[in-house]
Amino acid sequence: MKTIKRHGASIALLLPSIVVLAIFVYGFIGVNLSISLTDEQGLNAESNFVGLDNYFALLDDPRFHIDVWNTLVFSVAFIFCSLFLGLGLAILIDQKIRAEGFFRSIYLLPMAVSFIVTGVVWRWLMNPAEGSRMSGLNLLFDTLGLDFLINQWHLTPTWGMLGIALPAIWQMSGYTMALFLAGLRSIPEEVKEAARTDGASEFVIYLRIILPMIRPVALSAIVILGHISLKVFDLIIAIAGKQLSLDVPAIYMWQTTFDAYNFARGATLATYILVSVAIFVIPYLIVTSRKERA
Amino acid sequence: MTTQLTRRPAIQPKRMVVKTLQYSLLVFFLAFFLIPIYVVLVTSLKPLDQVSLQTMWDLPTGIDIANYVLAWEKLGPSIGNSFYLVIPAALLAALLGSLNGYVLSKWKFPGSELIFTLILFGMFIPYQAILIPLVQTVRELGLYGGIPGLILVHVIYGLPIMTLIFRNYYLSVPDELIEAALVDGSGIFKTYWLIIFPISIPAFIVGIIWEFTSIWNDFLFAVVLPAQTLGRLPLP
Repeated sequence: MKTIKRHGASIALLLPSIVVLAIFVYGFIGVNLSISLTDEQGLNAESNFVGLDNYFALLDDPRFHIDVWNTLVFSVAFIFCSLFLGLGLAILIDQKIRAEGFFRSIYLLPMAVSFIVTGVVWRWLMNPAEGSRMSGLNLLFDTLGLDFLINQWHLTPTWGMLGIALPAIWQMSGYTMALFLAGLRSIPEEVKEAARTDGASEFVIYLRIILPMIRPVALSAIVILGHISLKVFDLIIAIAGKQLSLDVPAIYMWQTTFDAYNFARGATLATYILVSVAIFVIPYLIVTSRKERA
Repeated sequence: MTTQLTRRPAIQPKRMVVKTLQYSLLVFFLAFFLIPIYVVLVTSLKPLDQVSLQTMWDLPTGIDIANYVLAWEKLGPSIGNSFYLVIPAALLAALLGSLNGYVLSKWKFPGSELIFTLILFGMFIPYQAILIPLVQTVRELGLYGGIPGLILVHVIYGLPIMTLIFRNYYLSVPDELIEAALVDGSGIFKTYWLIIFPISIPAFIVGIIWEFTSIWNDFLFAVVLPAQTLGRLPLP
């Protein structure tokens, strides 16, 4: 009796949030899914059930092929570089250096900037103009005699998304560093001391002891970076506007839904994005909640 | 360390090299992170006729704050709007998140871990996946095109991360504190209000700053549910 009363009170306190999230997250995902199975066209009230037709139609859609390729290029470059840069910076900061707080704060600074602002600045920096109209990073490289680094940035054919990944790495690698730094700092000094007593070099200590111990941090970082990269949207709009060569599913979904009123195709694209994020996130959530219960 | 140095004097120059390398790297990355910020600051201080992509690296000849005056005139009203949106939304999301975190860390019940995981998933969803029903619902509630609608949306989708922040914070609060309050006859809510809420200031600061920046920097919801440009998206 007492436990029921106790649990009743706690459930009552949670209830408003549970109800709201059940509707606005899970209910809406359901509604979106059901729209994706029809041919609903925004303003027109009538719609028919068409099964998985929209999903198959997208698989044959050349624009969707570009989107998938772009997302892949962006995600791989962004996750890989942010992870390694973040880890490298964390190890660097962890070397008992002077003015550590100063370096750490500057490295974290970009995280506080919105993707829109980042995008606008990097659009200036990555200006691909040549000759006397050269500007931005290309001009800087030219002045420094690093001509071989001059390139077309996000306007490079096929690999343009690497140019979009650069600002994203600039923005998120400091944050990744902070995640790794917290992991490095949580390793007890005795562990390192013991290895040093046994004659291990600093390099071996990092490779054999520290890196394996911060693997959970790396996993969290991959999930956080991964879900950002699969949703990337405002950064591209700010750098390049809506151009086909730099299209991603989020932009396609936006245009087809709110500009062309093709709700059914928009909902289908949204479901594809959701599934790609869920593949990343759900196993992670299950593993973490199991570990906590144990 | 000193004993090592006397035994092997060769380590001194090697250490110097390592230190030099370390600081060169630190300074290199300092430049990497600061370059875009330098460009924004320098450009913002130039008079309009000096602003061109070709001279973006040059320092301005003098400091000209005319751009700031102009920006303030144009953005002033919207900044008011932003605060009117961000402050209530951040406070409300943090308060609800704190209650959720309190229950999910100190008043666990069968299934509460599952509920926590389900709440957490809301943090990762791509908002495109709920965008169409969301716009329709906000419209039906009569909140489309207004700030209250945006507040509602930001509070709801801010709940998962707020719940996570507060739950993790409360896990470090000793259970004895709650038990003592219960022995003294406080209920679940009274204990929250008198014991937990007053010691939650650090978590509130973290949570509110997080909410504040993410709402301030939000783009997607603000264009789909515009606060001022009424009728921009003629949805049914």
